[in-house]
Amino acid sequence: MTFSLLIAQLINGLQTGSVYALVALGYSMVYGIIKLLNFAHGDIIMVGAYMVYYAIASFALPPVVAIILAIGVSTLLGVTVEKVAYTPLRSAPRLSLLITAIGVSFLLENGAQLVFGADQKSMDPLITGSVMFGRVNVSYTAIVTIVVSLIIMVLLWFVVNKTKAGKAMRAVSEDMGAAQLMGISLNRTISMTFAIGSALAGIGSVLYLAAYTQASPTMGSMLGIKAFVAAVLGGIGSIPGAMIGGFTIGVLEALVAAAGFSMWKDAAVFLVLIIVLLFKPTGFLGKKMQEKV
Amino acid sequence: MSRILDVNEINVFYGAIHAIKDISFYVDEGEIVTLIGANGAGKSTTLNTISGLLRSKTGDIKFLDSSIAKTSPNKIVSQGLVMVPEGRRIFLGLTVEENLEMGAYTRPKSEIRSSMEQVYELFPRLKERRTQIGGTLSGGEQQMLAMGRALMAKPKLMMLDEPSMGLAPLLVDLIFEIIADLHKAGSTILLVEQNAQAALSIADRAYVLETGKIVKTGRGSDLISDPDIKKAYLGA
Repeated sequence: MTFSLLIAQLINGLQTGSVYALVALGYSMVYGIIKLLNFAHGDIIMVGAYMVYYAIASFALPPVVAIILAIGVSTLLGVTVEKVAYTPLRSAPRLSLLITAIGVSFLLENGAQLVFGADQKSMDPLITGSVMFGRVNVSYTAIVTIVVSLIIMVLLWFVVNKTKAGKAMRAVSEDMGAAQLMGISLNRTISMTFAIGSALAGIGSVLYLAAYTQASPTMGSMLGIKAFVAAVLGGIGSIPGAMIGGFTIGVLEALVAAAGFSMWKDAAVFLVLIIVLLFKPTGFLGKKMQEKV
Repeated sequence: MSRILDVNEINVFYGAIHAIKDISFYVDEGEIVTLIGANGAGKSTTLNTISGLLRSKTGDIKFLDSSIAKTSPNKIVSQGLVMVPEGRRIFLGLTVEENLEMGAYTRPKSEIRSSMEQVYELFPRLKERRTQIGGTLSGGEQQMLAMGRALMAKPKLMMLDEPSMGLAPLLVDLIFEIIADLHKAGSTILLVEQNAQAALSIADRAYVLETGKIVKTGRGSDLISDPDIKKAYLGA
């Protein structure tokens, strides 16, 4: 393998990794705040991808409108799922919530088959062209994906760490009861977390479609599981962890493929998950703090 | 003196367990009232019910003449009824300053700075550590932070649940001194304590709880010399 090929594969890896990271952020934020592995999260991306497809292929809307539509619908769907399916279960055992999330995932996938049809929908690439850096050919799609993801992550870091709403989210994720005693509204803060997570999924769906140009009813499940692995790898509940986990998984897949084992890249991802869970179950950045008495 | 809190015949259950049985009491403006009693007597349950984290099956809770028995916990806080929970429950992952900001969640941004300075004046240790995260503070500092955080809400009534729990004797004295100072400065306080001696010595009035019922009530200074109380709670 030549050096330029390796670089090209690394960039590919960062591109897929960006999408994983955006989706992993949604997983991690929701887990952080209500301790729920929201398995319906991947399917939100699927719905977002169909929105882009229909807006462009059927209604010939400009891409910008399609993107706004995808993000808007994803956000709305995420918050609706939270309100309808998860809020009534807030004081129920965590297992009921988990099973409900799996149920919502099935509902969305099968609902999509009914509404959009079971076949794959292909569309023209959103972004075309590429640029040569030395002897490495980099597509504009890769550049846009990586840059957009990085900007979103910086924005998210700012929102979570510097704004009042973001600090409230961190307070709720640490101690719901104490947060309420500060006057923080649980309903509003949790809904906002779902809204942000789902908006990130919406952006992820656009970037995914830019890379693969196909939408199908089950596309969210593998993508969702990979993002989940990324979140666990980075330390679930940790925002920088989700980013690092996403990029790690993306680059790992690209390197495994570059080494000639394309068929094994999913297996490699799950193997890494197993190894991490064995040796550092809290992931790269997950940690527990001791309460002093 | 006007009535600030009026708790009327509340009954609280944990599943089948009847934890609070027909409890009624009141707090007037400017008072320190204490609820004392052994472990499991229902002191914390009472406070958690007033702050809306638990619900009473019967009766009513009035704060400043309006019922809060069905109000959500965050709305109760914005009305000026603030609790420092048992075990402090500061946000360990947030800095000292962010913890204080969360305490002022219901207040306009423009007033936060000056309230924070007041809290730092009361607890200079917190000012030194304002950029540290809560998890790195000692137990005593965490208690100061929990109280400072509650003060940030400018409470009309502050409820303290076991502020002396797990603290070294010297720190217990300091915390009670601060409570007495807050009282002198005009704060109204409802204090729950196992340390009956310390609580009774600063309280205007006290209620004694046993297995979910109020069994005795009176002035703090009277109860401290009451033979029954001495025997049961003061170890004399």
